[in-house]
Amino acid sequence: MTLTELANPTKFLALTARVLPWLIAATAALLLIGLYQSLTAPDDYQQGATVKIMFIHVPNAWLSMFVWAVMSAAALGTLVWRHPLADVAAKAAAPIGAAFTFCALVTGSLWGRPMWGTYWEWDARLTSVLILFLMYLGLIALWRAVEDPSRAARAAAVLTLVGAINLPIIKFSVDWWNTLHQPASVMRLGGSTLDRAYLVPLLVMAVAFTLLFLTLHLAAMRNEILRRRVRALQMMQANAFSGEVGTGSREENASNPRFGAA
Amino acid sequence: MTALAALIRRDIRIALRVGGGALIGMLFFLSVIVLMPFALGPDLPLLARLGPAILWLGALLASLLTLDRLFTADHEDGSLDLIAMSRTPLELSCAAKALAHWLAAGVPLIVATPVLGLLLNLDLTATAAVALTLLVGTPALTFTGMIGAALAVTLHRGGLLLAVLVLPLSVPILIFGVAASEAAITGPLSFGAPFSILCAVSLISLVIGPFAAAASLRQGLD
Repeated sequence: MTLTELANPTKFLALTARVLPWLIAATAALLLIGLYQSLTAPDDYQQGATVKIMFIHVPNAWLSMFVWAVMSAAALGTLVWRHPLADVAAKAAAPIGAAFTFCALVTGSLWGRPMWGTYWEWDARLTSVLILFLMYLGLIALWRAVEDPSRAARAAAVLTLVGAINLPIIKFSVDWWNTLHQPASVMRLGGSTLDRAYLVPLLVMAVAFTLLFLTLHLAAMRNEILRRRVRALQMMQANAFSGEVGTGSREENASNPRFGAA
Repeated sequence: MTALAALIRRDIRIALRVGGGALIGMLFFLSVIVLMPFALGPDLPLLARLGPAILWLGALLASLLTLDRLFTADHEDGSLDLIAMSRTPLELSCAAKALAHWLAAGVPLIVATPVLGLLLNLDLTATAAVALTLLVGTPALTFTGMIGAALAVTLHRGGLLLAVLVLPLSVPILIFGVAASEAAITGPLSFGAPFSILCAVSLISLVIGPFAAAASLRQGLD
């Protein structure tokens, strides 16, 4: 099914209803494998067992940026191609991305205490991720501030695209500034410097988290589509109600049993 | 007189007249700066060390406060719709409004800086550095703030949301502004590097701000 075919919400609901159980199973399986590999990975000579926080912290951090990139693509879909489900995708992804960012910050903070001696440090990487988290919250606030979802979608799309400039800043912050957070050791020119014993569980957990995001995202999109249908039905009902009340006299409507009269 | 020049003149006149953004912003700036020694204690060396940061924070908050007026007054009486429907491109109209807003609300902040620098025990170099960085940075604050103002214009209680949206975008401006001022005062680090980046951020916002604001206004007004 192409993207244009999937633009039909009913088709999308049907497709995701079939796909979602498999995705849930695949996510659970990969998470279990990844967790097992993380727990059995060797201890670091310097950090001991606390290095294993990396297997949770790094995938969360990667996902937090990936989700904003997905939202930016959805924003382009809304503004440029007017794809009907693009704004549903963007709205559904925002809280999930905020949760990943929050988890990255918290796990990083817990890792920082034994490693650096502090729960927080105002270096470039931590600061820019905190800014990303604030932008997620601002975006969620903007979604909720406008009553009509499709108008909120276009405003949120502009904000998402403006905020996308933060992504390269986060990625390259450890290279541009002298920071406490360690520089890139996986996605860099010249290949990864991480030992295979750590790289494999990390990549497995990264894929598992990506599947987790995909599962949660599709489920949230389904919920959003259903929520909008409920809203449309409520508005139709309110329209019908006010139409009927408006046309009759008060006595007529008061004696009408449909409107709660005796 | 071209349409844009007329728009700028109109905005400046309104801002200067109706108890508008111009003087209120400067008063708020003064209030924030005056509050700081009450909070920090009258320790003059401490105030001198924190001076550039306090001045920059005050300028940021003052421009955030006055950003609300950029579009809401015009939206309420319908002139924003007329501006959007006119022949001049909406991007240029937004840029003109932002320029007028900066002239009316941002320049008074820069003018007030030497006086407030005295309150914070800043010497001549420090005050000059802060004033120069504010001169370059306040247009950036206005133009990036314009994006948030355009997003929030159609909301009823959009004021606080505007602040929440604009603050993350203003953080780089704040960082480089204070870094440049500090470099001029204390540093072995050069003034030129953060100052150039501040100029670059300003120039980028001069371009991106009007386009993003126009896109938001178009979505919000129809």
